[in-house]
Amino acid sequence: MKDIILKAENISKQYRLGQVGTGTLSHDLNRWWHQIRGKEDPYLKVGEVNDRSTKGTSDYVWALQNINFEVERGEVLGIIGKNGAGKSTLLKILSKVTAPTTGSIKSRGRIASLLEVGTGFNGEMTGRENIYLNGAILGMTKKEITSKLDEIIEFSGCERYIDTPVKRYSSGMTVRLAFAVAAFLEPEILVVDEVLAVGDAEFQKKAIGKMQDISKGEGRTVLFVSHNMAAVKSLCTKTIMMENGRIVFEGNTNEGIDYYLKSNEYEGYRGRYVSEPTHKKSAFISLSLVDKENEVRTEFGFEEEIAIIIKIKIGEEALRGNVGFRVVDIKERVIFSSDVKISNFVDKEGECEFKVLIPQKILAPNSLKITFIYHIPNIAFIDYLADCLSFEIIETGSDFAQYPGLDFGCVLLDCEWKNLSN
Amino acid sequence: MFCKKRLFAFSIFFCTGKILLIVEVKVKKALQENSFKMNNVNDNKDWLFEITPKNKFFSLNFKEIWQYRDLLFLFVKRDVITVYKQTVLGPLWYLIQPLFTSVTFTIIFNNVAGINTGTVPPFLFNLAGITVWNYFTACLTGTSDTFKANASIFGKVYFPRIITPLSVVISNLLKFGIQFIIFITFYILYCFKGASLALSPLVLFFPVLIAVMGVLGLGLGMLISSMVTKYRDFSYLVTFGIQLLMYLSAVMYPMELIKNKIPAFGWLVEYNPLAYIIETSRYMLLNVGEISILGLSYTLIVTIAIFFIGLLIFNRTEKSFIDTV
Repeated sequence: MKDIILKAENISKQYRLGQVGTGTLSHDLNRWWHQIRGKEDPYLKVGEVNDRSTKGTSDYVWALQNINFEVERGEVLGIIGKNGAGKSTLLKILSKVTAPTTGSIKSRGRIASLLEVGTGFNGEMTGRENIYLNGAILGMTKKEITSKLDEIIEFSGCERYIDTPVKRYSSGMTVRLAFAVAAFLEPEILVVDEVLAVGDAEFQKKAIGKMQDISKGEGRTVLFVSHNMAAVKSLCTKTIMMENGRIVFEGNTNEGIDYYLKSNEYEGYRGRYVSEPTHKKSAFISLSLVDKENEVRTEFGFEEEIAIIIKIKIGEEALRGNVGFRVVDIKERVIFSSDVKISNFVDKEGECEFKVLIPQKILAPNSLKITFIYHIPNIAFIDYLADCLSFEIIETGSDFAQYPGLDFGCVLLDCEWKNLSN
Repeated sequence: MFCKKRLFAFSIFFCTGKILLIVEVKVKKALQENSFKMNNVNDNKDWLFEITPKNKFFSLNFKEIWQYRDLLFLFVKRDVITVYKQTVLGPLWYLIQPLFTSVTFTIIFNNVAGINTGTVPPFLFNLAGITVWNYFTACLTGTSDTFKANASIFGKVYFPRIITPLSVVISNLLKFGIQFIIFITFYILYCFKGASLALSPLVLFFPVLIAVMGVLGLGLGMLISSMVTKYRDFSYLVTFGIQLLMYLSAVMYPMELIKNKIPAFGWLVEYNPLAYIIETSRYMLLNVGEISILGLSYTLIVTIAIFFIGLLIFNRTEKSFIDTV
């Protein structure tokens, strides 16, 4: 049997948009009048899906709608989604900061949250006093804190400053101290939101390591909300992807991250980009991705030849410049760059067109973006077009076709294998 | 023959074995079902807590508050520590305010307006009233913006919200204590100067009176803080209302006086529970005025009523105030 520690049933949360004013008062009175007569809240029926970018007709939106999930003991659940997808609202409900409009959450353990670090930190008090205060706010007793005080101070790495008021701390030190307190909390369920966005690399690594210890070694359950896919990937055993207040994906972390990345930016690929005709003397005019027949395309097979057609305007000063591009994949990993001297090809001003051939059977099946740079090396940028082309290499039978979802690198190289045993 | 027998025995053995096996499977199944059922039962019973949209009508979790007692203590400590930080005069501010107010009141109400305080020096009379009154206002103003002032903490972390107003009431006791020491100092000073002062034996009940005052301030503060979350109008009402309320609470005059001088408005003071507390505390400390059992019982009932109404509304608000604050 699964050991379910947390269960969310039909969680929904409605928010009223706009400002609190006389309109709110009339709605309150109306709601109260319905309540007296034993009727349902009239405003629960209205409300729209929460999409930040579209204009709605109603003053009410559903920040969360019909959220159902279960978390097992010892599981690290990642919650990902765009800004405004409802992640933080969900965590707020989980940590009892606000109540859901409908539905219920049942829990078998204490939940402590780390929604934003430094909660209740008082600048006037010393680090030590703040450890006690913060710990108590998070639900520890004084005795518990005293027994862990040394460990907390050591983990935070702020030993030197521990008796200095926190207002003298750098923001990084404050975060370290706050995370240290929370890391030594002993709730059965720990809720973490975006803490790792701050702090230096060394501390982030430490924090992730600590969270892994918490979930693996001590069997603690963690709910982790982040935009940092690397952190989600290394920590979470299961992932929920949210969109407009609903759960759109639930399951394996790797698949969840792919889902997130795809839905985020790669809604459509762009095979051709035409720059605005500018008054600049030197600039990109147009860029396109073409196949062997010079047709613009955005999807290429693994074994296909890919070419980039670059059309530029060359002014006088740009004659000593370079044109180059950089290819990055969906996880923002840079795969390769290419750069040429313009003077190798032309020696006078005017328009010029280049064709760049990208060798086939090297780029691994992936979603890719290209950034173009037109520059005088180490002196000036003439033109810069970030992520202006995007395309996909489709799996058409590489050696790794049998392992879908596995990350086997950005490029596939035909390595030579030899048998030495004979 | 032997072979047949053996076979027979074997087949019996085999059969029983099979039966045993079947029985075992059945038992296992039953057990499984049972455990499944039990698990279902567990599903409903075993939960530590449940987060739902609405509170029950009155749900104050005393056990939870007790668990967070260290937090209460730390909040009080924080208030005490941080209040004098970066001030030159520090706790002296606590002394300056009541002293200057008493002096002003003495000049205006006793010297100019000619209110008679009997055998008690007017300054001491006013100081007693102001000290007690100050505790009430500190509690009320401190608690009445609980939700607004702590929105940033409340928005991130859960703990029983009532801890915050409780800590305000307790840490203000300290402030009251300092101001009360001033009162005692002046009391002794006036005694040496030969004023005829006497404590009432009822002074033993003075702490109870102060507790009632604190509870009243807490109840009213919780009530107002809940309403401030949505409609800020109430916070203006508090600053303005407290000023007016002081004139209705017999702070700078004996209760008797208003009844005699303006009987038409005397009921305003008579129905004000605060007036009874201040009048009684002056009776206890200075042995002036009167003590009214009826008035005190009325005060007690009103205090308890306000406290529970405040608690009720506070509890209802704490669940989702963060959406409206």
